[in-house]
Amino acid sequence: MTTPQMSVPGAAALRQTGRLFALAGTVLAMTFRRPFQLRELIQQFWFIASVAILPTMLVSIPFGAVISLQVGSLAKQLGAQSLTGGASVLAVVQQASPLIVALLISGAAGSAICADLGSRTIREEMDAMEVMGVSPIQRLVVPRVLACTAVAVLLNGLVSVVGVAGGYFFNVELQDGTPGAYLASFSALAQLPDLYVSELKALIFGFIAGVVASYRGLNPRPGPKGVGDAVNQSVVVTFLLLFFVNLVMTAIYLEVVPAKGA
Amino acid sequence: MGIEVAVEGLTKSFGTQTIWRDVTLTLPAGEVTVLLGPSGTGKTVFLKSLIGLIKPEDGTVRVDGVDMVNDPDRRVFRARKRFGLMFQDGAMFGSLNLYDNIAFPLREHTRKTEREIRRIVLEKMDTVGLAGEEKKVPGQISGGMRKRAGLARALVMDPEIILCDEPDSGLDPVRTAHLSQLLIDVNARIDATMLIVTHNIEIASTVPDNIGMLYRRDLVAFGPRETVIASEDPVIAQFLRGSPEGPIGMSEEKDAALLAEEAARAANRPRPVARPIEIPAQLRPSPGEPERSGEIRHAARVDALLPSLPHAAAEAIRRGRVATAEAAAVAAAAQQAAAQRAASASQPAPQPETHPAPQPPPLPPEFRPPGETP
Repeated sequence: MTTPQMSVPGAAALRQTGRLFALAGTVLAMTFRRPFQLRELIQQFWFIASVAILPTMLVSIPFGAVISLQVGSLAKQLGAQSLTGGASVLAVVQQASPLIVALLISGAAGSAICADLGSRTIREEMDAMEVMGVSPIQRLVVPRVLACTAVAVLLNGLVSVVGVAGGYFFNVELQDGTPGAYLASFSALAQLPDLYVSELKALIFGFIAGVVASYRGLNPRPGPKGVGDAVNQSVVVTFLLLFFVNLVMTAIYLEVVPAKGA
Repeated sequence: MGIEVAVEGLTKSFGTQTIWRDVTLTLPAGEVTVLLGPSGTGKTVFLKSLIGLIKPEDGTVRVDGVDMVNDPDRRVFRARKRFGLMFQDGAMFGSLNLYDNIAFPLREHTRKTEREIRRIVLEKMDTVGLAGEEKKVPGQISGGMRKRAGLARALVMDPEIILCDEPDSGLDPVRTAHLSQLLIDVNARIDATMLIVTHNIEIASTVPDNIGMLYRRDLVAFGPRETVIASEDPVIAQFLRGSPEGPIGMSEEKDAALLAEEAARAANRPRPVARPIEIPAQLRPSPGEPERSGEIRHAARVDALLPSLPHAAAEAIRRGRVATAEAAAVAAAAQQAAAQRAASASQPAPQPETHPAPQPPPLPPEFRPPGETP
């Protein structure tokens, strides 16, 4: 009756991947099942926002500046200085901002979520909850994943603004760029779909960060060391997934949405 | 009234290691059962399998028509609300204080008002001796207190099946005795089917109606308390005496060489005179508690079983019942004497209310060990 244990190389990795996707699916399904844990969602939202906002802003200013300086000096060499603004805005809004947000949410909030869920798991709190007929996924994971997603989307707006403002400052003050040209090139190169895809990326990245953190938190190896390892892995796995998904989404976007003026 | 749990052909392994195989037993409705076994024989895994937390590869666990192993999650979740599980270390939610922990199932599954919840929670906390500790969080209290809080949380929904995972570990002997009494009282009050997993011999020999024992991947014994205690099986006998001599070793089983050496040593030693194993009296509900209907059903069930039992087992059952009846009589007499003393001390005062201790079920009049035909 029992299925023989397969020992195909790579099977374990595939199994983990499958479970991760299953958890993501369950989270989506459970989101619409009542009772909705509004209180937990608000608490988690508040917590994630409070740990993520400040570091995100502090990272986004130099990041926007670096992009702006680099693009500015390159554009100067090419003699296209008037387009610096548009180019750096595209880079910040489309690429830098969603990634920064997701990395910081994963690093600051995801690790906390993973550690929290992991220590609850090894203390059998999850089992206790299931025994009482309460689904830990509905009760604990769904609010956390939704909070990660929502904070990512909202923070993405903030980072875009701060990054662009930082870029403007450094271009105009340090590289003697023209304020008018910087602003004018926005509308020459950038378009609204750039912002949409940026927010869509932030949404998906936030979701990934939340699901991966929860998945590792729900399945740690036994013992306190297992929880530590789980936190570590959750951050690394999230980073890997983020850059891969970003590549795919960028490629699709560039195929599907024509560049402005093209 | 409790419900029956029927386990059939349950087999569980982790990877290539078989934990136990083909376990078949029935927890009769409303009766108390103890599951014994050396450390590491998968007693806790068995408990978690009953409630569907761990999925065995093979077999079924039937609870009122629901198969906790193979049925879809939705049905299993609904069936779980009829269980109360007391975890080994309490498994309290670290972020909530004791009051909120114990109120958790009520708030999740009932529409009771806060006032009602408060009444129930305080009553259960009082029952397990935690009154006044409501505001503490699980990190602030000792392991024994966490365990008792875990029991209170398991009791709060008035479950029909109560599973206790090592209720005695980490408790001092007095608290263990109180806890045993508490479990029996709870059983008398709500008639829940109970399974206690333990390796405490004191609990195993005085609390349950039935005893089962897991050893080396098998259920080696399951039956009425008296017959298992009196069993001649070397594994059970060694375990119940807590003796180092026998098949159970420090690792799970002794190897052949060690056993042979031991047998040789035993052969050289003068053999002690074989005397019948004493069957201790079974614990009875406290004065003021109702009769245990599980005990009455158990007695009827065992009576029906008697003719098919071997002589020694039937004799053990008779001795156990006599011991229980004697202990009950002694307790009743002591209580009566105390009541009389109290009455004579305060003559003008109204008679203090005395609760007679519940009586054990009577011996069947035709009770006679088989083989003793008139």
